[in-house]
Amino acid sequence: MTTTATDTPRTHGVNISSLNREFDQTRLEDEQVALQVENLNLFYGKAQALHGVNMVIPRNRVTAFIGPSGCGKSTLLRCFNRMNDLVDGCRIDGKIRLGAQDIYEKRVNVAQLRSRVGMVFQKPNPFPKTIYENVAYGLRIQGVRDKRRLDEAVEKALRSAALWDEAKDRLHDNALGLSGGQQQRLVIARAIAIGPEVLLLDEPASALDPISTLKIEELIYELKENYTLIIVTHNMQQAARVSDYTAFMYLGKLIEFADTNTLFTNPDMKQTEDYITGRYG
Amino acid sequence: MRSWFKSGAPWIWINASAVSISLLAVFGLLTLIAIRGLGFFWPGDVVAMDYKEKNGQTTHLIGEVWDTEQVKTEVLRANGFDMPQDKLFVTRHVLKVGNRDAYGVDFQLILQPHILKQEQPKDLLVVVRREWGNFYGYLQQVKENGQVVATGSATAWQEFEPRLQRAVALYDQIKHIEKSSIGVINAKQEKLRLQQRRYELNNVLTPDHQAELDAERSELTNERVVFEKQLTDLYNQIKRDSFTATIQDGRVIEIPFSKVVKAYQPNAMNVFSKSWMYLANVWEFISDEPREANTEGGIFPAIFGTVMMVLIMAVLVTPLGVIAAVYLREYAKQGAMTRIIRIAVNNLAGVPSIVYGVFGLGFFVYIVGGSIDSLLYPEAAPAPVFGTPGIMWASLTLAIMTLPVVIVATEEGLSRIPRSIREGSLALGATKFETLWRTVIPMASPAIMTGLILAVARAAGEVAPLMLVGVVKLAPSLPLDSVTPFIHLDRKFMHLGFHIYDVGFQSPNVEAARPLVYATSLLLVLVILFLNLAAIRIRNHLREKYRALEG
Repeated sequence: MTTTATDTPRTHGVNISSLNREFDQTRLEDEQVALQVENLNLFYGKAQALHGVNMVIPRNRVTAFIGPSGCGKSTLLRCFNRMNDLVDGCRIDGKIRLGAQDIYEKRVNVAQLRSRVGMVFQKPNPFPKTIYENVAYGLRIQGVRDKRRLDEAVEKALRSAALWDEAKDRLHDNALGLSGGQQQRLVIARAIAIGPEVLLLDEPASALDPISTLKIEELIYELKENYTLIIVTHNMQQAARVSDYTAFMYLGKLIEFADTNTLFTNPDMKQTEDYITGRYG
Repeated sequence: MRSWFKSGAPWIWINASAVSISLLAVFGLLTLIAIRGLGFFWPGDVVAMDYKEKNGQTTHLIGEVWDTEQVKTEVLRANGFDMPQDKLFVTRHVLKVGNRDAYGVDFQLILQPHILKQEQPKDLLVVVRREWGNFYGYLQQVKENGQVVATGSATAWQEFEPRLQRAVALYDQIKHIEKSSIGVINAKQEKLRLQQRRYELNNVLTPDHQAELDAERSELTNERVVFEKQLTDLYNQIKRDSFTATIQDGRVIEIPFSKVVKAYQPNAMNVFSKSWMYLANVWEFISDEPREANTEGGIFPAIFGTVMMVLIMAVLVTPLGVIAAVYLREYAKQGAMTRIIRIAVNNLAGVPSIVYGVFGLGFFVYIVGGSIDSLLYPEAAPAPVFGTPGIMWASLTLAIMTLPVVIVATEEGLSRIPRSIREGSLALGATKFETLWRTVIPMASPAIMTGLILAVARAAGEVAPLMLVGVVKLAPSLPLDSVTPFIHLDRKFMHLGFHIYDVGFQSPNVEAARPLVYATSLLLVLVILFLNLAAIRIRNHLREKYRALEG
């Protein structure tokens, strides 16, 4: 079900002002599309949290969502793997396409969708099991029993998450014995063990110390080779450091979406400029 | 002073005293029960005394001092006793004189000033009998087939012990044959009878079947004849020996060895042999079956019944409570309905236990049990199989009674599992069920165990409902034995709590049985403690394993 260059439109009818600009490196239009959001509205009961969001998430790139608290960036992120389904009274209209499939269609298997769109949360949330079992969790859910396959997958995932060297001698120790940064990398390993196409990162470093943050950022940089990453962050420096594209959101609206360099150096919108220069937020 | 109040010191003192009072209450209770109960097993000295009766006559008394109290002389004088004028109180002993067959009573009240002479003769014999309680007296002769083989206390004692051992061994053989061997034959015969009845009811009793059944029956009868011959033989052997002894009023009484459980001369024993005997007595109490309308012997069937009932209850209540709590907390839409259900569940915990007993009798025993009987065991009618109180129904009734505790504790545990863990699992492609099954419920298991601990503590001590749904004073056989299907859930059982009530208040000899009440109480507390400790160990292990994300 992976989106390949041939069956994906290179241009799309999304009207975002920044798309018309000339870029330094690549143009957003030239990227392959991983996710496409069409006119997405989200309501918590009567309150509307997202207003008509349209955007494309490019494949194998890091896209950052920035914006002040409560602007809906986490809510938008949680739309991509339908985590908002868990919230009582949450209603969504509009479309999100993963490949050709609208993930909000009725017949979509949500559990299967979530195995294609992995997610890492703000606070590390390893299960109170061994490191090995944490990483193998998703595979076991998928019914993998073969010990050798599990072993290989665990090692591969831990290596990709740059945790193998630290964890290989204590695979069967409780994961809660790891440090915060290690736990967060474990959670990332757990998410990539099931081979998702997209990885959602919800402020993955906000609960970590600077060195752990650095490691996570390096990890993000390496992961984009194989995965499409979307990261929500409060920290603009972080967004500038790790992301290729950045979306600025404000009060439930997508204000501006552009490649990171442009957005931070030469934003189109006044609101974006005010935010990145620290006038509010 | 004001600053002392403000400092919080008085508050701390109040807290500390509340804790001390609680501790004191617990240890005081245990100590009292332990002292009263455990003293019973010590082989106490037996005294022989010359005693001046109320009418001035002198009698010779033999017995164990059972209890001692202070009595007002005034009261005694009013009752016609001659008491010295200068004393307000005198000591009164309760003397256990035993020999109920000879005197009709077990106890006699003894006033200290009326004791003329008191001694502890070394050759005083105490005999614990299978009937009529203890015997106290002086050994005279040992007889074999009616012929005297030894006379005089010392020589007769030499002959006494080996013959007693032989008699006890024979008695054990007789019991074994009666209970196990013949019991199995009886069970098989009953099975054949039911088989025949089943054929008859279905109108398929062909001559072939009849012949088959008759053949098996005659085989069983042959087996039975063999065992019965063995039994007659053993009965003849056990009747061989007897002994004679003088009791306090000089009469000579002859007792066959077949009626003796054990015999000893306490005044001739030193501390070590007494300690040894003490341990043997305690072991007998724990491991033996009761005798003499439960006032003597052991209480093993009651311990066994209590533990088995509690275990079956735990097996029933855990899945039921956990599933109910999972539905309430995880699946049901939270709203007025779930609130009403929660209130109902909490109120269920406050319903008096006897009401559950009535419910169990009316619903489980009569309706469910009756239906099972008419559907599955029509051949047994009119005798009920499950349509009568039994351990299955008792466990089920207690399971219903303790269900609220388990539900509330499980819900509590589920609500404490952080949202992030659930989301973490869902985000990996697990369904809600997989998340619950693989992560949430294991993490809530310590809380579930806490609920189970509370349930066990309540169920093990419950008596009132059990009297309606399965507990009996004396169960002929344990609910677990070597006859297929091994676990007999339809059987009635004995229970420590009911045993205490029965021995303490329903027995023919309340005074003699009182120490047993304490000892049984102590044992009940220990059994509950043991069950709880086991559950707490499991819980702590689980807690360590599923140490949740703290902070």
